[in-house]
Amino acid sequence: MPAIFTPKVITANALLEGDVVYLTQDDTWSRNLKDADVLTDEADAQIRLIDASARSSEVVGVYLADVSPDAKGPTPTHFREAFRMRGPSNYPHGKQSEAL
Amino acid sequence: MYRYTDFDAAFVAERNTQFRAQVERRIDGSLTEDEFKPLRLMNGLYLQLHAYMLRVAIPYGTLNSAQMRQLAYIAERWDKGYGHFTTRQNIQFNWPTLRDVPDMLDALAEVQMHAIQTSGNTIRNVTADHFAGAAADEIADPRPVAELIRQWSTDHPEFQFLPRKFKIAVTGSPNDRAVTKAHDIGLRMVRNEAGEPGFEVIVGGGLGRTPMIGKIVRDFLPESDLLPYLEAVVSVWNLLGRRDNKYKSRIKITVHEHGIDDIRARVEERFALLRSAFTGVDQQLYAQIKSDFEPPAFNNRDVAPFDQAYANDPVFRSWADTNLSAHRAPGHAIAQISLKAHGATPGDASADQMRVMADLAERYGHDELRISHEQNVVLPHVHKADLPAIHAALKAVDLATANIGKISDIIACPGMDYCALATARSIPIAQEIATRFDQLKLEHEVGDLKIKISGCINACGHHHVGHIGILGLDRAGVENYQITLGGDHTENAAVGQRTGPGFSADEIVPAIERIVDTYLSERDSADEPFIDTFRRVGMTPFKTALYGESEKKQKAA
Repeated sequence: MPAIFTPKVITANALLEGDVVYLTQDDTWSRNLKDADVLTDEADAQIRLIDASARSSEVVGVYLADVSPDAKGPTPTHFREAFRMRGPSNYPHGKQSEAL
Repeated sequence: MYRYTDFDAAFVAERNTQFRAQVERRIDGSLTEDEFKPLRLMNGLYLQLHAYMLRVAIPYGTLNSAQMRQLAYIAERWDKGYGHFTTRQNIQFNWPTLRDVPDMLDALAEVQMHAIQTSGNTIRNVTADHFAGAAADEIADPRPVAELIRQWSTDHPEFQFLPRKFKIAVTGSPNDRAVTKAHDIGLRMVRNEAGEPGFEVIVGGGLGRTPMIGKIVRDFLPESDLLPYLEAVVSVWNLLGRRDNKYKSRIKITVHEHGIDDIRARVEERFALLRSAFTGVDQQLYAQIKSDFEPPAFNNRDVAPFDQAYANDPVFRSWADTNLSAHRAPGHAIAQISLKAHGATPGDASADQMRVMADLAERYGHDELRISHEQNVVLPHVHKADLPAIHAALKAVDLATANIGKISDIIACPGMDYCALATARSIPIAQEIATRFDQLKLEHEVGDLKIKISGCINACGHHHVGHIGILGLDRAGVENYQITLGGDHTENAAVGQRTGPGFSADEIVPAIERIVDTYLSERDSADEPFIDTFRRVGMTPFKTALYGESEKKQKAA
């Protein structure tokens, strides 16, 4: 039996601002993980990744990140992704300040 | 201080123009990221976790007040109002946008600064003793040598695509404050029996995944042979160094795999060929550069204001005892400004703080500032009579922490709060340790103790050479911190030994506390520093304090 596929989102850094972005269902980039399209099918995820990686005039370093989907939307399963979503812990900079 | 020649200024301006065009071509789609990345790295521009990061070189750690003010301006104009000073005498801006970087580089060029070769597989910013030209124990000022090497290595056509990065450090003092034994090449200025100046050349040191203490490849290299010899070393490694595996590409691995004797023979052979190519122009240049580093005119005033403040103000006294070092000129001192206020981010300075430091340097310090590899700022030449006023000005902007060399004077890399390579955070651990020992009021009781924290195996935080080293790792999706003890960054350089299994983020500060408690009970007197106690008693009592007796027995069973 194949291994269970962990749900994923496609993420990258924006070319101009350098900040973290997520791919949405309608193939736009959002600054907010809540808007991200949660991919539950491996084949679909790979195709979306290839397509997103080709958008090099918009983003840099496209990859798939594990998430755990719940009622409020996807949440990161790894602390690195949690930091990327939030910003640094020593100052209220990055996404955590923009959300306010 | 060295001033740019017309050649330097034109070179930097041309590079900035080129990079501006490269950024435009990246934005308009003419360049892919794969094409652009090596170009941006050559100009110090990284892409980190949350944003781009611009790494600016502070050659041999020396700045004047105008340069420091410009860094403050850049921090406010294009960043978030602060900068981060690093262990390689660079400053990093953590939040620039891509479009702004060419303007930032132009602003740097206005004050004769740049970000060239602060990244990429090139010869990086040449570092030097942060007390250069001021220290009482110094043989000669290492900065003219560092500047000569900077000019030789900048855009050196043979060395733009090396197997990996290459770092050189220079010290002019027998007390090594430049960690020369942990660099690809370390240069120690020495004199031979005839009293002639030259260098002891150390090669193949480095930290990172495979820490190595550098080995002496030449006991005495005459001053005039420096550049051909360096060129020989780098060119031998350029051919021999492994390009198949980036973890084995640094010269430390080449030296390890081939042996120092083989490397020495190859270098000498190459040197014999190269030597005649250097016709003496380098020595003319060196003589000119030296004249730019003439010591300032030290005056001889009464030190009574210092003595009075020292006698009457306990806060000043504590700062003076901890943050001052012996200066070569009578009546003077080297004052270190701690960027490690308890609970603050090690190495960070706000734009306001930068301006205060610039003002103090201009008014009291012969217009000179230094950045140490320990992420502090130095006023290298101040008269003792001015120290009470300097201390008061620093206090007003939270820069008067009296903790140089103490447990809260922690080196910490940016870690996973910023760095894309990090496996765990470093900054919060440093903040918690500093805050905890400040609460305990134990800092001055504990005395000299170097804690160094890296957020990944690459060891930017120098954890291997910390008396207590902390390495942050990702263990099954959780931050985990390994401890090493007994590292030494000085002329007695040593790589620390691992205590055993790592600790979680919640457990690491209590673990450090147990290590410090063990030191306090094991030391033979208050005069025996941590590193001496560790060398005398060894690892066992510290292991017991960390893991208990039972664990030891379990392991023995």
